[in-house]
Amino acid sequence: MTCLPPKTDRKLGLVIDLDTCVGCHACVTACKGWNDQGYGAPLSDQDPYGADPSGTFLNRVHSYAVQPDDNAAQIVNFPRSCLHCEDAPCVTVCPTGASYKRAEDGIVLVNEDACIGCGLCAWACPYGAREMDQAAGVMKKCTLCVDRIYNEELPEEDRQPACVRTCPTGARHFGDLGDPDSAVSRLVAEREGFALMPELGTKPVNRYLPPRKKDRPEEASLLAPLLDIRATGLAGWLDRVLGRF
Amino acid sequence: MHPAPSVIVFTVLSGMGFGFLALMGLFGASGWTGFALWALGYGLAVAGLVASTFHLGNPQRALLAFTQWRTSWLSREGWASVVTLGLLAPQALSDWLGFGWGRGFGIAGAVGCVATVFCTSMIYAQLRSVPRWHHWTTPAVFLAFAVAGGLVLAGNAVFGLPALCVLGVLMAVQWQGGAGRFAAAGSSMETATGLGRIGRVSVFEQPHTGGNYLMREMIFSVGRKHAARVRMIAMVAAVMLPALALAFVPGPAAGVLAAGAHLLGALAHRWLFFAEAEHVVGLYYGRRAG
Repeated sequence: MTCLPPKTDRKLGLVIDLDTCVGCHACVTACKGWNDQGYGAPLSDQDPYGADPSGTFLNRVHSYAVQPDDNAAQIVNFPRSCLHCEDAPCVTVCPTGASYKRAEDGIVLVNEDACIGCGLCAWACPYGAREMDQAAGVMKKCTLCVDRIYNEELPEEDRQPACVRTCPTGARHFGDLGDPDSAVSRLVAEREGFALMPELGTKPVNRYLPPRKKDRPEEASLLAPLLDIRATGLAGWLDRVLGRF
Repeated sequence: MHPAPSVIVFTVLSGMGFGFLALMGLFGASGWTGFALWALGYGLAVAGLVASTFHLGNPQRALLAFTQWRTSWLSREGWASVVTLGLLAPQALSDWLGFGWGRGFGIAGAVGCVATVFCTSMIYAQLRSVPRWHHWTTPAVFLAFAVAGGLVLAGNAVFGLPALCVLGVLMAVQWQGGAGRFAAAGSSMETATGLGRIGRVSVFEQPHTGGNYLMREMIFSVGRKHAARVRMIAMVAAVMLPALALAFVPGPAAGVLAAGAHLLGALAHRWLFFAEAEHVVGLYYGRRAG
């Protein structure tokens, strides 16, 4: 049913630390790997070894250069995936009911057996979170690894999304953002986590943690002790003699 | 947005067809002339609806699209079109075979035609992610095209000429305001990434070296540089030539000439409607407004 639940019991989502992310794309690979073999149609590739390779991914890592007014530019690696919005426009536009938001945990999912592949949900999403699988003709999106997080066949430490489990720098966190005392909610509060494009009224659940403030170069150059060189001995005598000419 | 031929043909033909069917519902025509005209209206509307299914990845499940009318404009459009075509059927039979059932079904069907075209336009106008479409001019232009298209096809100069004038003005208003709508919506690379709090954002490296669905479907920009020329073609062919034909060409030739030109103009307008529209997801790939 494409009516959004008025309220979800929990708000499961991701918190992504832009300070820690090194842009290694391990989350992209882990996501593709897991979602090739479990929930729904596998994420297909077209012409993967040819001249024009292309494929379906549920997670993409961008890299941006950010230029502050008064400091050097910063490179920020920026993973982008479904934000499991509270007011998800991708759900309400769906004509078949394939697209839905779960009342129990807030995860936005696609029932692929009911998806006609019209693509309207991908148009409605401002974040580019949905990609139509070119082989299956159905819409694919992040499931928050719904087939891992509740899977009691897996060891407990593996019951989190593949991207979170694999991240080598711990830049990705998974939890209930509806519970103010959860680890992810506290992280968001401490680090002033933010939502993407809040002006569009989608109320994303996922949060991003901003890069920490950089030191100014003049305040903390690592080379400072080495820059003030006073030569002694023979080098000092040469320095003085040559300095006269 | 990618100007997919299936969607262009769908919106143009079904718009013109439902516009013409609304006129047939209101005024009708008797005997075999009536049969031919009703068939023309039904043919256009149904051809458009069939074309829309070529856009689907799994068209065999298309019937499921009737289930979500509570929230989905696409589902409402499906219902409106089927109910309208059903309502008009007894009117068409009555006109053709002279049953004399009055115009009740026709009038209800005409209202249905307007509702159908409105639903079609709202599929696009509802999308906040495409600021150029998210505006009252989208339903206004779609409805004006349907009314003008129906009157032009009927070769009616008395109502056709004013309808074409209204259409021309609305198209101009749509284009005039459209350019600034993306910027006015307030989304930028800074809000898309949330990094505006640090400084100005630009792309350092793209997330993938090949293309993907998002880029093919929503970051289409080939046509934008030809926008001015396509606008001219749309305005001349959809409004000016049909107006001249209706005003100065005598007899049924007027309708044929006018409708041919109008159809070409409508196709040009609709191609640009898609090609020119920018989706906010382009911001993640470094496409700034304007």
